[in-house]
Amino acid sequence: MGKLAKSPWLLHYDGSSCNGCDIEVLACTTPVYDIERFGIINTGDPFQADILLITGGINSQSESVVKQIYSQMPNPKVVVAVGICACTGGIFKTCYNIKGGVDTVIPVDIYVPGCAARPQAIIDGVVKALALLEQKRADYAAQRRSASQEGGIVRGADQ
Amino acid sequence: MAKRSIVPFGPQHPVLPEPVHLDLVLEDEVVVGAVPSIGFVHRGLEKLVETKDYKEYVYIAERVCGICSFGHGMGYCEAVERVMNIDVPPRAKYLRTIWMEMSRIHSHLLWLGLLADALGFESLFMQSWRLREKILDMFDLTTGGRVIFSVNTPGGVLKDVDASMLHQLLQTIDGMEQDLRPVSDAFLREYTVGTRLHGLGVLKPEDAVQLGAVGPMLRASGVPYDARKLGYAAYGDLAFEPIVLTDGDSYARCELRLREIFQSFHLIRQAVAKLPNGPIAVPVKGNPDGEYFMRIEQPRGEAVYYVRANGTKFLDRFRLRTPTTSNIPPMLELLKGCQLADVPLLILTIDPCISCTER
Repeated sequence: MGKLAKSPWLLHYDGSSCNGCDIEVLACTTPVYDIERFGIINTGDPFQADILLITGGINSQSESVVKQIYSQMPNPKVVVAVGICACTGGIFKTCYNIKGGVDTVIPVDIYVPGCAARPQAIIDGVVKALALLEQKRADYAAQRRSASQEGGIVRGADQ
Repeated sequence: MAKRSIVPFGPQHPVLPEPVHLDLVLEDEVVVGAVPSIGFVHRGLEKLVETKDYKEYVYIAERVCGICSFGHGMGYCEAVERVMNIDVPPRAKYLRTIWMEMSRIHSHLLWLGLLADALGFESLFMQSWRLREKILDMFDLTTGGRVIFSVNTPGGVLKDVDASMLHQLLQTIDGMEQDLRPVSDAFLREYTVGTRLHGLGVLKPEDAVQLGAVGPMLRASGVPYDARKLGYAAYGDLAFEPIVLTDGDSYARCELRLREIFQSFHLIRQAVAKLPNGPIAVPVKGNPDGEYFMRIEQPRGEAVYYVRANGTKFLDRFRLRTPTTSNIPPMLELLKGCQLADVPLLILTIDPCISCTER
């Protein structure tokens, strides 16, 4: 396990969800589930975050905010869509204001279904994100190595 | 004259899990005005009433908000039942009351945790949420869900509880009551908490009424108004008096919510003792025709459910006035004159629920 996977920092954003998944994300950080014992910290700053936990089906107004937060996060980064609304739009899919799923706006790596997603499922999603984060870091490093041999400069891997 | 500047607050910020945006107008460190802009969580749920039939819409109504979920489902069902003149079995009314009070306990504990977090008192935050998990376990046991329950339906409830569940529930709230006392003392007697809350954001009774404050905001300012006294569900059969405090500051709002948790324990015990036997739902046939205006007391204050039906299975209109909507104007008044550093605390003391407000 590399150094990133040992203490990833989370960023949580509510992209037009009903609060149900959001309080479950917060419940993950409190004593009963306590993901902080793994070195995971819930941060409020996109520039410090490795994993973005995002809930809700994204409406027209939050779309630009979500895009901005995603672009502010440094590479490598992993996006976890928490709850069925974030996965597909869920029960709100037919609403006039809902885009329908986070992947209509930014790339999503891991989908955690459920209404509301249970803390156990969210933790499972975060653990899967750790493996992916480590893999992305290795890919990114390899890309930079080969680029520096050719004398070029690599910008963000997925931008 | 001090220089004016505008500081944006949100939508992504560390105080609340929900997005809200405020433009704070500052003169040096002092706030002289605040302009809210909302819409980050707007989904257009009221419109869905035209495409989902009135029984199906219960599931949409309770997803207006994941914290007030049970109350929204219940308020909608009570309104539809009154339009259709359905007599709900007494056992269903009592079960609704028990679950509503459990929702109040979980919502207030959640708020206390967020308040402690905003104060930077991390261990108190953790203690509040540790206690909250116990009531969520009881929800899990009796309804099968932790935050969204889907147990309401027009005509009654969908799940029954048995004697062993009730026994466990009573044991849990007895244990919680004991565990809550030291936490409550930490909030009310701890010097650091007191210095931040005493005298912060005083709302006078006449202002509270004029600006339309509801729920704990109103009662902490000395106005004895609680929609539970209207006697919907089984509240008419239970003995309780609304808790009223007179100071109107942030400390009073904190104390009021703590005392309401103890009151909810008391109400649950009464309702379990009186829980009648019998069916939990009556069959509902036909379609509603008519309109009704239902008021219930949510953890955050009075919520209003308006239903207009036209005799088909689709309702004409469903309108929801949530407690946070009416608590925002008093909050904007309270913000004027406070220090920039107190803004997160003041916003928290109204217990804002943005998801309800924007639907």
